[in-house]
Amino acid sequence: MINQYPLWKYLLIVIVIAVGVVYSLPNLFPEDPAVQISNPATGVVDDITRGQINAVLSGQGLNPKAVEFDGTQSLLRFDNTEDQLQAADVLRTALGTSHVVALNLAPATPGWLRAINARPMSLGLDLRGGVHFLMEVDMAAVAGQAHERYTGEFRTLLRDARIRYLSVERISDGVAVRLRDAESRDEALRLLRRDYRGDLEFFSTQTGESYLIEARLSADHLTDLRRMALQQNISTLRNRVDELGVAEPLIQQQGEDRIVVQLPGVQDTARAKEVIGATATLEFRMVDEQNDALEAQSSGRIPPTSRLYRERDGSPILLQRRVMLTGDYITDASSGIAQDSGSPAVFINLDAQGARIFSRATGENVGRLMAVVFIETKVERVEENGQLVIRTQRVEEVINVARIQEQLGRRFQITGLESTREARNLALLLRAGALAAPMMIVEERTIGPSLGRDNIERGFNSVVIGFVLVLIFMALYYRVFGLIASFALTLNLVLIVAVLSLLQATLTLPGIAGMVLTVGMAVDANVLIFERIREELRNGNSPQAAIQAGYERAFSTIADANITTLIAAIVLFIFGTGPIKGFAVTLSIGIVVSMFTAIMVTRAIVNLSYGRQKRLKKLAI
Amino acid sequence: MLNFKDAQINFMKQRKLALIISLTLIIASLLTLYFRGLNFGIDFTGGTLIEVHYPEPVGLEIVRPTLETHGYERAIVQHFGTSQDVLIRIAPREDEDSALLSNEIFRILQADFAGVLELRRVEFVGPQVGEELREQGGLAMLYALFGILIYIALRFEWRFSVGAVLALMHDVIITLGIFSLLQLDFDLGVLAALLAVIGYSLNDTIVVYDRIRENFRKLRKESAMQVMNLSINHTLSRTIITGVTTLLVLLALFFLGGSVLQNFALALIIGIVVGTYSSIYIAGALALMMGVDRSVMLPVKKEGASQPSLDEQQP
Repeated sequence: MINQYPLWKYLLIVIVIAVGVVYSLPNLFPEDPAVQISNPATGVVDDITRGQINAVLSGQGLNPKAVEFDGTQSLLRFDNTEDQLQAADVLRTALGTSHVVALNLAPATPGWLRAINARPMSLGLDLRGGVHFLMEVDMAAVAGQAHERYTGEFRTLLRDARIRYLSVERISDGVAVRLRDAESRDEALRLLRRDYRGDLEFFSTQTGESYLIEARLSADHLTDLRRMALQQNISTLRNRVDELGVAEPLIQQQGEDRIVVQLPGVQDTARAKEVIGATATLEFRMVDEQNDALEAQSSGRIPPTSRLYRERDGSPILLQRRVMLTGDYITDASSGIAQDSGSPAVFINLDAQGARIFSRATGENVGRLMAVVFIETKVERVEENGQLVIRTQRVEEVINVARIQEQLGRRFQITGLESTREARNLALLLRAGALAAPMMIVEERTIGPSLGRDNIERGFNSVVIGFVLVLIFMALYYRVFGLIASFALTLNLVLIVAVLSLLQATLTLPGIAGMVLTVGMAVDANVLIFERIREELRNGNSPQAAIQAGYERAFSTIADANITTLIAAIVLFIFGTGPIKGFAVTLSIGIVVSMFTAIMVTRAIVNLSYGRQKRLKKLAI
Repeated sequence: MLNFKDAQINFMKQRKLALIISLTLIIASLLTLYFRGLNFGIDFTGGTLIEVHYPEPVGLEIVRPTLETHGYERAIVQHFGTSQDVLIRIAPREDEDSALLSNEIFRILQADFAGVLELRRVEFVGPQVGEELREQGGLAMLYALFGILIYIALRFEWRFSVGAVLALMHDVIITLGIFSLLQLDFDLGVLAALLAVIGYSLNDTIVVYDRIRENFRKLRKESAMQVMNLSINHTLSRTIITGVTTLLVLLALFFLGGSVLQNFALALIIGIVVGTYSSIYIAGALALMMGVDRSVMLPVKKEGASQPSLDEQQP
């Protein structure tokens, strides 16, 4: 009895098949169009809001198929997309900016499957449509900002310690402090070293009459700053993406200075880019009413306490250098229509400190003109002297000049915006916070919804047709053994799907290609075994001995062949990016799974069907 | 029905002819690669690609002027799959914000087809990223070949590993040559396909080498050349059957997978045909020319430890 498996092996195979089938099952259920509601501020959609949601929907005659609440967010399933879109619209209006209302496709996995954590594979952007951005953070700007900050801090520090200095300036790679004499230099150096130990490195030099201290960021500190800038950009991006109303966005660090942003289902890429890439803030400054802006512009003589700005219509205006308030103190901003003028407006809330500063500043200046400056940073990469450099362009515009009627407090409005769309965008940017460093899009991949659907359909068709062709070929060529191999191949596909679902991997078009290729290559193991069995039979061995020898001798060849392919797949995974990685993952899983199905499972079936027949004369191979 | 059981083809006798054919193909491929180059997709060059779907068939003579009047003379406009789908490709330029280019182009095209023009796909790759992808792709290829070289040298012998890697390079160069000759788009997908070809073709070569090693142990009287021939004949049916099943699924992918996967499938189809040929005619012949014979195979006796019964069973 050479072709017998011990009971445990049969059991193991049965268990693996059962688990595989159960965990690949969720992929068979369709998806419901759904609306997902979350509250980014508190993290939880409370009872009151949930009641409100139900009331709003029934008021509009919309009946969700199911209403689910997972402890943090609400999910409403609908029968069709029209209901879903309508519901999302009415809910957005009803809930305002406090909640994020996102469209989603929710898998209709039955409860008992969800209970054992069996979930369908998630579909990649190329299969469901959406946008993929790769953003690069301008790290040179991070160092620049730090230099800028230290310049200000040094001035304050030296002034407070009554050390007289000639100048404190930003230089290309740090900050330079110029002093009158050696004593004050030594005193300043001692002070600076005490306060900035570890963060900065100081060098002192003397050229002619001036005594110089140069400060540079230490390597560790610079690394920290960069890491923090990246982290802050990621969290700012998260806030902004929440504002866009995207279900299941992916925002992830890639490498040292890049961020991947994936927004499934987003179609309006222009708006997405506007929201993601823009950095904007506000500054409030008093208007310099003593001097004439036109004259200053034509003569080029600008008063030392003022700066020349431009209004939206292009006319010049002089504003005081001193900033009354920056956008940092803004806690909330919403857009709407100003009641007195009927023009688009942004309503702004300040935090306690900001309110204190602002009410003192406006209180001192009642009856005078105040300007709101809108500052937008755009980043682009340009070629200069044959080298690519990142250029940050700062656009400053005076969007509103108004006379201060009374002392302003925590809440006030600004007008002078061109459209309601602009008001909305400004409110969003103010709300979502500023980016720590400018970023630019270095890669974009957008897939429209129709192409996504086509891709799924075509991918699915090619897997099925290719698969059926191979099954027919195997059955014709190897007869009974071919059928056994076909069963193993089917199981191979089921198990790949199960493993991908268990890993919660994302299925992409290249992933499907990997699966198709695996189907072709997984039969190789069976071909090797069957050819070996045929050969043994030709050499005059008995069928039982031929089966035994066939499996045994083909094994080392199969192992060698699969390991080398696995090497190629792993290299692909390590060095490949996005799409290639998906291909490599399915290929690797396919190879490993095929070792189990093509060798163990087919052997078990062969053993079960032929193993007990002592007088086996012929094999259908 | 196909049957290879009596295959007695003298492959080694034809090895000179095979080598001449292969050398010619390689030289031709290198020449076309040198003179025509590869038609790199935007993955590697950087740039913007936009695919739009019109509600009815549209002539390129309508699309092109629309773009030209807006200053995009350098746009490459072509049909993609059907006459309703149009693909527009634009090389990066320094004086414009290329990340926003795609929105601008779509806006221009939409002017005449408001509401009905469908944006199917946008790909934008910054020049920096393109350069990195090119570098990473080349590196991936080298590392894969290197990893394989080491594995085979450990499992077999250095002559085999050099033979296998040369055969792989042969497959890759000829596939690249065909892509260059036909000026097919070479993108990330095709690169992945090439790496898969390496994996597949290697698979084939290993199976043949495995049999050569086994036969050197088993057949004591035959010359090295006879052993090679016998081994290739023994594995011939497997080589061809596996090739056929893989080609079946690839043809399904090529015809049904949609335009996006077409070049990927084509690269694999070419690679697998060339790879199958090379593992039959080239890999063994190269090992033989480098002086593989029984004496170099015997020291690796340890390998046989896992299957000691083999030699005893066979007279």
